[in-house]
Amino acid sequence: MKRSITRLLMAPSVILLLAWMIIPLSMTIYFSTIEFSLYNPDQNGFVGWENFEFFITDPAFMPAVANTLILLLSVLFITVVFGVMLSALIDKPFYGQGIVRVLLISPFFIMPTVNALIWKNMMMNPVYGIFAWISTSFGLEPIDWLSNHPLMSIIMMVSWQWLPFAILVFVTALQSQDTEQKEAAQMDGATGLHIFRYLTIPHLARPIAVVVMIETIFLLAVFAEILVSTNGGPGYDSTNLTYLIYNQALLQFDVGTASAGGLLAVVLANIVAFFLIRAVGKNLTV
Amino acid sequence: MSYLTITELQKHYDNYHALRGINLSITEGEFLVFVGPSGCGKSTLLRTIAGLESSTGGTIELDGRDITELASSKRDLAMVFQSYALYPHMTVADNLSFALRLAKVPDAEIKEKVRSVSASLQLDPLLDRKPKELSGGQRQRVAIGRAIVRQPKVFLFDEPLSNLDAALRVQMRLELARLHKKLGTTMIYVTHDQIEAMTLADRVVILNAGQIEQVGTPLELYRQPNSRFVAEFIGTPKMNLIPANKAALQDNNLAIDLLGNQIDFPANRLKESLSASTIVGIRPEHMTLVEQDGDIQGRIELVEHLGSEAYAHIQLGNDQTIIVKAPARSELKDGQDVSINIDVQEIILFNENDRVISVIPEEA
Repeated sequence: MKRSITRLLMAPSVILLLAWMIIPLSMTIYFSTIEFSLYNPDQNGFVGWENFEFFITDPAFMPAVANTLILLLSVLFITVVFGVMLSALIDKPFYGQGIVRVLLISPFFIMPTVNALIWKNMMMNPVYGIFAWISTSFGLEPIDWLSNHPLMSIIMMVSWQWLPFAILVFVTALQSQDTEQKEAAQMDGATGLHIFRYLTIPHLARPIAVVVMIETIFLLAVFAEILVSTNGGPGYDSTNLTYLIYNQALLQFDVGTASAGGLLAVVLANIVAFFLIRAVGKNLTV
Repeated sequence: MSYLTITELQKHYDNYHALRGINLSITEGEFLVFVGPSGCGKSTLLRTIAGLESSTGGTIELDGRDITELASSKRDLAMVFQSYALYPHMTVADNLSFALRLAKVPDAEIKEKVRSVSASLQLDPLLDRKPKELSGGQRQRVAIGRAIVRQPKVFLFDEPLSNLDAALRVQMRLELARLHKKLGTTMIYVTHDQIEAMTLADRVVILNAGQIEQVGTPLELYRQPNSRFVAEFIGTPKMNLIPANKAALQDNNLAIDLLGNQIDFPANRLKESLSASTIVGIRPEHMTLVEQDGDIQGRIELVEHLGSEAYAHIQLGNDQTIIVKAPARSELKDGQDVSINIDVQEIILFNENDRVISVIPEEA
């Protein structure tokens, strides 16, 4: 009796959450098996695997997968490495520590579109961007970042956006590091580098795993920065899977193929998650 | 020959003077205990010796070398922390060998040293465990082992037993005493527990408000405290302190008027004269309860039976309460009127500055 009441009371939220997930998923699966182009909305016969085949054989597909992975791994690497170093740097008290911390964390509060616009127009613009000004003041040719190094530009923007998140997590973690352990290591003859290597890094293993997993979720779906700055170009040089799906659905109006791409992205995300969790997740159980 | 010499050591924090000119010399192989109430500077002194705090004046010399400005990693001291501070992600074996590995000691030698330390501290079955899989007592032993394995010049202990339960504390105290006998290394030990201080120390340093109050063997401190602070701090239950309201010279004896009761004290042995603010100190075991005609009279407020002995809290006039040690099976009842004899030889007198009034030793 008591159990059934519990179930009854929980049912609305469970059903709602289930529907929230199941309905879009099943609709995507359904769309991926029919012909569904917004140019020809009347024709929607069953086509089997044709949409998947079409998406995979698209010349943009392999570059998009590669770009997605390069973007993900580069940003993870940059945010974790620089995040750990910067957090260790600002962990010790110094004059102005509070302001420096706020400044380091503030990029996280800027929305991705604005972030991309700032970088595109104020930093990377080959005529009046800051990078161009730096280059010309040394007598060098300014670099047209978005045309010549599109993926690198995206990586810079996204790293700038996500580094604060890593710093926020690591700074908090460092504050919980036991000072007596560090002192014990000092007495044992450890230098600052030894302490960093043998105490701080192992202490940060779990926060690093958390940052990697959370960032992976968001970095597989980077979109706004690409749309605002490079539009996936030139060619497919900065197209990732998310952008390719958007391209199929809303630029080529092919909902069927886009749905197939969406499902492939889910599969890719699961593969990446599997390896990442295997690699860093064991730290979570310690 | 002094092994560790501390001269005029000062430590200022921003607005707090933590160490006010500490002078101390420690001989090699000595077990020295710093004891004092919280905030007296005993931990600061230990941490300054360790190099974890920088001093703001004075010098520290170890084995003929000035180490005042030396980094703690180069001082050749080992410290056992209150929280043990074991490295949480290393096994016990790795914890023990950490310092040796940093010092690039050859592997075979590390193995041998770890093996002998772990055997002597019964850590062998634990070598592959992580610190969080150990009990408090085991962690304590690992922390001590980590210090021993380096064979430092001096061991520093910062309240190492305060996180253990009472039974384990007694056992570890004994193990530490044995360890000191076996190793013969100089040890400095900080505690606020005067029983630890009394049982472990060759010499005890009593600190108060950043200054050394008295240094001496445990029994010296117990028998000949040189201030009221030391007298009150050492001994459980505390020494009884009773104001002597009037003092008058009668013949060659000084009659101290103790709450209306008069006791006689041989005045020719005193180095200074008494005043109305003189405090009479007498330990509980130096008084005896008698049927009648004792030196002072009182009423039993409460009796604490400890099994091997009993402590009677006795109310004198003027709300003054004193504690008197009584035989274990005494039939004392609350509210009973009692008479107390005082062993005059054991009385310690304190002047108005809370310093002891010296007594010329009796000629034998």
